[in-house]
Amino acid sequence: MPSSPPQSASAASPLADVTASDAALRRFLHGLPGVDAVGLEARAAALGTRSIKTTAKAYAIDLAISMIDLTTLEGADTPGKVRALSAKGVTPDPTDRGTPPVAALCVYPDMVAEARAAVAGSGVKVASVATAFPAGRAALPVRLADTRDAVAAGADEIDMVIDRGAFLAGRYLEVYEQIRAVRDVCGTARLKVIFETGELSTYDNIRRVSWLAMLAGADFVKTSTGKVAVNATPANTLLLMEAVRDFRRETGRQVGVKPAGGIRTSKDAVKYLVMVNETLGADWLSARWFRFGASSLLNDLLMQRQKLRTGNYSGPDYVTVD
Amino acid sequence: MSERLAVLKTYKLFIGGTFPRSESGRVYQVTDAKGGWLANAPLASRKDARDAVVAARKAFGGWSGATAYLRGQVLYRVAEMLEGRRGQFTAEVAAGSGLSKAKAAAEVDAAIDRWVWYAGWSDKVAQVAGGANPVAGPYFNLSTPEPTGVVAVLAPRESAFLGLVSVLAPAIVTGNTVVLVASESAPLPALSLAEVLATSDVPGGVVNVLSGRAAELGAPLAAHRDVNAIDLSGADAELARELEVAAADNLKRVLRPRPGTSWTADPGPERMLALLETKTVWHPTGSLGASGSAY
Amino acid sequence: MAHDNASAFTYAPAPESRAVVDIAPSYGLFIDGEFREAAGGKVFTTLSPATEEVLSEVAQAEAEDVDAAVRAARTAFPAWSALPGAERGKYLFRIARILQERSRELAVLETLDNGKPIRESRDADLPLVAAHFFYYAGWADKLAHAGFGPDPRPLGVAGQVIPWNFPLLMLAWKIAPALATGNTVVLKPAETTPLSALFFADVCRQAGLPRGVVNIVTGDGSTGAALVAHEGVDKVAFTGSTAVGREIARTVAGTRKKLTLELGGKGANIVFDDAPVDQAVEGIVSGIFFNQGQVCCAGSRLLVQESLHDELLDALKRRLTTLRVGDPLDKNTDVGAINSAEQLARITALARTGEAEGAERWSPACELPDSGYWFAPTLFTGVTQAHTIARDEIFGPVLSVLTFRTPDEAVAKANNTPYGLSAGIWTEKGSRILAMAARLRAGVVWANTFNKFDPTSPFGGYKESGFGREGGRHGLEAYLDV
Repeated sequence: MPSSPPQSASAASPLADVTASDAALRRFLHGLPGVDAVGLEARAAALGTRSIKTTAKAYAIDLAISMIDLTTLEGADTPGKVRALSAKGVTPDPTDRGTPPVAALCVYPDMVAEARAAVAGSGVKVASVATAFPAGRAALPVRLADTRDAVAAGADEIDMVIDRGAFLAGRYLEVYEQIRAVRDVCGTARLKVIFETGELSTYDNIRRVSWLAMLAGADFVKTSTGKVAVNATPANTLLLMEAVRDFRRETGRQVGVKPAGGIRTSKDAVKYLVMVNETLGADWLSARWFRFGASSLLNDLLMQRQKLRTGNYSGPDYVTVD
Repeated sequence: MSERLAVLKTYKLFIGGTFPRSESGRVYQVTDAKGGWLANAPLASRKDARDAVVAARKAFGGWSGATAYLRGQVLYRVAEMLEGRRGQFTAEVAAGSGLSKAKAAAEVDAAIDRWVWYAGWSDKVAQVAGGANPVAGPYFNLSTPEPTGVVAVLAPRESAFLGLVSVLAPAIVTGNTVVLVASESAPLPALSLAEVLATSDVPGGVVNVLSGRAAELGAPLAAHRDVNAIDLSGADAELARELEVAAADNLKRVLRPRPGTSWTADPGPERMLALLETKTVWHPTGSLGASGSAY
Repeated sequence: MAHDNASAFTYAPAPESRAVVDIAPSYGLFIDGEFREAAGGKVFTTLSPATEEVLSEVAQAEAEDVDAAVRAARTAFPAWSALPGAERGKYLFRIARILQERSRELAVLETLDNGKPIRESRDADLPLVAAHFFYYAGWADKLAHAGFGPDPRPLGVAGQVIPWNFPLLMLAWKIAPALATGNTVVLKPAETTPLSALFFADVCRQAGLPRGVVNIVTGDGSTGAALVAHEGVDKVAFTGSTAVGREIARTVAGTRKKLTLELGGKGANIVFDDAPVDQAVEGIVSGIFFNQGQVCCAGSRLLVQESLHDELLDALKRRLTTLRVGDPLDKNTDVGAINSAEQLARITALARTGEAEGAERWSPACELPDSGYWFAPTLFTGVTQAHTIARDEIFGPVLSVLTFRTPDEAVAKANNTPYGLSAGIWTEKGSRILAMAARLRAGVVWANTFNKFDPTSPFGGYKESGFGREGGRHGLEAYLDV
């Protein structure tokens, strides 16, 4: 199903009036079911004990590759680096053309044009972080300008960061309106809203912010920037999945999930896919609805893929370093 | 001048805080050690036993839910009242068991002191019998003792007062309620104790006192499904076995008679512990934040 | 489901290797440190409930064999009880370590003989078994500090009869505290799950445990009855049904035998409308589908606040569709086989009664294997206190859903049973948890969690769920002369 524009979604939604005032939004978010941390983490860990072998593993590895937002977000990024990474995203394993391309390249706004050109015609999307990534500490007009730049340069997807300070201070409506404003300037680009879960401290906050972002029109909810100590974890990603599942039940609108940062091995990626499979089901098992924000993960998936194909363990010299 | 004619006491049962006669209308003769008549005691029936269980069950919620401090205060109040009636109890013990006045007085003193000893346990037993369990996981885990419920007590046949106190006080101090079957041959101290309880802030129904035949009353109590435990101190070996078999019907906790028990020895906490359940409560603790480990 | 990927992410079989366990074609009784045939020469077979394949042939102990085992235990008692506690403890530490070393082998064995998923035998049963021995090993030389007087004495010979739902774990719960306190034991495993106890006998030999300290007699109910009734037994410990527990209580009446019983239950899992709902769903699932619901403390009655009923039931049903029922040796199996044909028949009959009495039955779509004993996860809605399935212990993967409106009503319904083993409370309001916990007449109360076990944590019931506690400091009392 296509992502609907936020206006129509919220107009039809039974939740339309929860954003009528700061007080109403607070009452709604604080009325969501609480999260028991131990139970949540235990469930996430239990899903991590699934044993995915042979054909299921091959399927999962290819699916995971196709869900990667191949990311470079360094101050030292150059056009050359972005071109190289783009080439890798389009053709992850030159020795095996059957390898699927990644979902998207994820870059800073000033690299969007470079990436756009490099992936042209491949079907690989270009995602851009925006809104004064990663801290988000800039005035709203600056953050909107940042977003407009990226969209104008050809970004298919925008990964925005929320104002964590405003959220923690309880200014929920302000955060909501900022997301709406960014959503408005995204045009047809899909909007991923980054919470920086590691800075929100509690699971209750993570559930609340997920609903807040979805109410504001997020197409994706995303755990983190990859720039802080705690990024995606099985537990906080599971919590995001529960939120999008419940949101679709309430509103009919489907929202995607993107864990980002800290997912480096095939084993981990497969566990996340198991979590998608058993929490959200097949409707979310595609790059349209689930992404991995990662860089080094791809090479590990490629090595595992080679191992499955040849029966022998591969090594870092047999995948490309970019 | 002629000697004053004494006013004799009519001994009655104690059920639900009131003093009824046996519904059967029966009494039996209580004699002194030499066979002389002392009094008529009610010969309680199965129906009296049933009424007593109903009264004890009704009282259980309030008594077990009272604070341990309050139960301690109430029990201590009982000791105060007993102290004031030392003379009466000494006379009843002496007459009923054939002890010398001095020995009877010593037994009464020991019984009062034991009552005080148990009163002090009310708010300590949970600390001795319960505690935190260091489970291997992110859980707070606490075990606390709770009263078993309604306890039927066959009071010891011998040691009609010290023995009686030694089986009754440990049952009620922790919050159980009791249906007490007094010593068949020497029931008077138990029936008089009921009068003390009635005037010492003990809620009606917490202790119910029956006098009569241990076998006749023990059988319906042991088989009664709303009785949670039975103390067989006053049963002989054969009766104890029969009642234990009957008690199995609803898996009552059974305190078997221990022949040769010295009622004057330090009792330790065992009798209290035997009539307590251990409840263990788990709750997740976890961490304050959503740090969550990675796979 | 419409999506293309629906059929694609089906997990391929991930079987645990059977090769790690070597089951002999037949086993004798373990008496006085030796395996020997039953005096009467009778045997019975034990099979895999998942496939009905015969696993081995086991000796049927009769009165004469039980007598020999009790005499061996009696003979071993003076020396064993006279050992310094530290030395007894070291034997238990050895046993704990050997159990850890052999845990994969024993997990596979347990899964084969019992039908439980390897995920559970590997991640729950075996770790808890080793932990239990480790815990009580440390008590052996500290009994003077356990609160049972300065020099608490063992009772003598313990006759122990255990059930089939957690064969090795129940053995650990029985044997570890008995040995730590200086008793010797004769243990009878369940008729349908004798193998892990026989492997444990080998663990005892590897640990160098003196002869006769642990004796294992296999057989049916008559073997257990002979053991319980044997006059050389000083202590009887039983885990199993309330009906058998009642018989045992009658048997030991009037004897010197100390008795502890861990019997049935009909646990209420109470969910308030302010519960952490996702975690509550997991707790409900683990409460009734862990070990195929063959758990005495199962949360077999779901009491849900009316205002949350529909939402919770939707979430629960959705969750149940992800349960994987099938080959217990597959590492992805969540729900394995029912332990025996007899148990399956009982579950089936009670579920039929539920339907006949008008409750609404629901199960997720799941394919059950052709051979073996299987029962799909099942829930009944529209159940009231008067329904048989709300009162009788089913001991299977069947959940009865009832509703309540107020906390008082929840307590009244939860306590309205002759049992009193376990209860669950789900609410984010701390004071309500404590108030509820205080009023529930149950030996174990799980708040915002369910079916958690630990060797340090006392376990046991109120009312007809039995008496005595296993685990923790409290668990020592059952084996001491206090």
